[in-house]
Amino acid sequence: MAKRKVSEINASSMADISFLLLIFFLVATSMETTTGLARRLPEPLPPDFKPEEIDIKQRDIFVVRINSLNQLMVQGELMEITQLKNKAKEFIKNERGDAHLPELFTEDFPDLGPIAFTKNHVISVMNDVDTQYKVYIDVQNELVAAYNELRNELAMDKFGKSFSELDEELQKSIQKVYPQKISEAEPKNYGGNNNG
Amino acid sequence: MEGTTMAKIRRDKQRETPALATTSLPDIIFMLIFFFMATTTMKEVDYKVIIRPPSASEVQKIENKSLLRYVYIGKPNVENQKQFGSETRIQLNDAFADIAQIEEFIVMERSAMKEEDQGLMTIAIRADQETRMGVIQDVKQSLRRAYALRINYIATSRGSY
Repeated sequence: MAKRKVSEINASSMADISFLLLIFFLVATSMETTTGLARRLPEPLPPDFKPEEIDIKQRDIFVVRINSLNQLMVQGELMEITQLKNKAKEFIKNERGDAHLPELFTEDFPDLGPIAFTKNHVISVMNDVDTQYKVYIDVQNELVAAYNELRNELAMDKFGKSFSELDEELQKSIQKVYPQKISEAEPKNYGGNNNG
Repeated sequence: MEGTTMAKIRRDKQRETPALATTSLPDIIFMLIFFFMATTTMKEVDYKVIIRPPSASEVQKIENKSLLRYVYIGKPNVENQKQFGSETRIQLNDAFADIAQIEEFIVMERSAMKEEDQGLMTIAIRADQETRMGVIQDVKQSLRRAYALRINYIATSRGSY
């Protein structure tokens, strides 16, 4: 008895079907990547929280205020946004051990050796409710840029590589020398303490 | 002789270009499909607010988008202006929302996530550059109360000053 032949599936339309799928994904695709500035908010304050006196020396604070007209006041003087980064770098590093800039502490870091750094410095950003978001982001960006440049400079100095090229271990040690300490004032109704 | 007949045939028949072999076409297309499937990120939502994000030089690419939840802040677009006015509003998922709804939104979204991912949830604040900081501050305060502390200000990339 002759075996009945199973007729083959006609696959000629396969290409068309897959083309349809392809076109769907082409249309639905958005190749653009999302980029942004990552930040961490301080933990919420308990409701009965009384702002405690935190002892920060005057020389250790770098105050950036942004008013409702989007003007910057840095350490008591009016400043353009373009100057902010260098001013912040000068403050964080305090290369010459200036008495008006944050106090230097020398510590022995693993992989890096002894380094003098400003352990207790804090950058405080205060803004008005009417400040534009754009200007706020600009300020945050310049401050992050200051830290990034300092980290890069240190990485170049010690290892001859940029910060991003280093191993995770070394990156962590460098981050310990220049930890990002950008604090934002609590909004008025929560009391005027600097937290985180 | 055979040789002469061969030559004759060649002379008689016009030379035809062989048909393109299309049997591998589906495979090629499938490969393209897989590529696009892998790289596709579907549009997050329909924007009801107009957002022109600020730009910054120190932006980083956000790697794991499945951990992101968005809060949109901006002025309602033309279709929604009649109903919602032209003041800055907040959009969560597909709808306008109040500041007070943010906490609830975070709690809902977080509980919908896998347990090991819950601590890694990041809130992306996609806000218009003209937004007043008062609104942003309110949003940040409610995020803090909801313990959503990892945030990301969405910004486009630009050169440094």
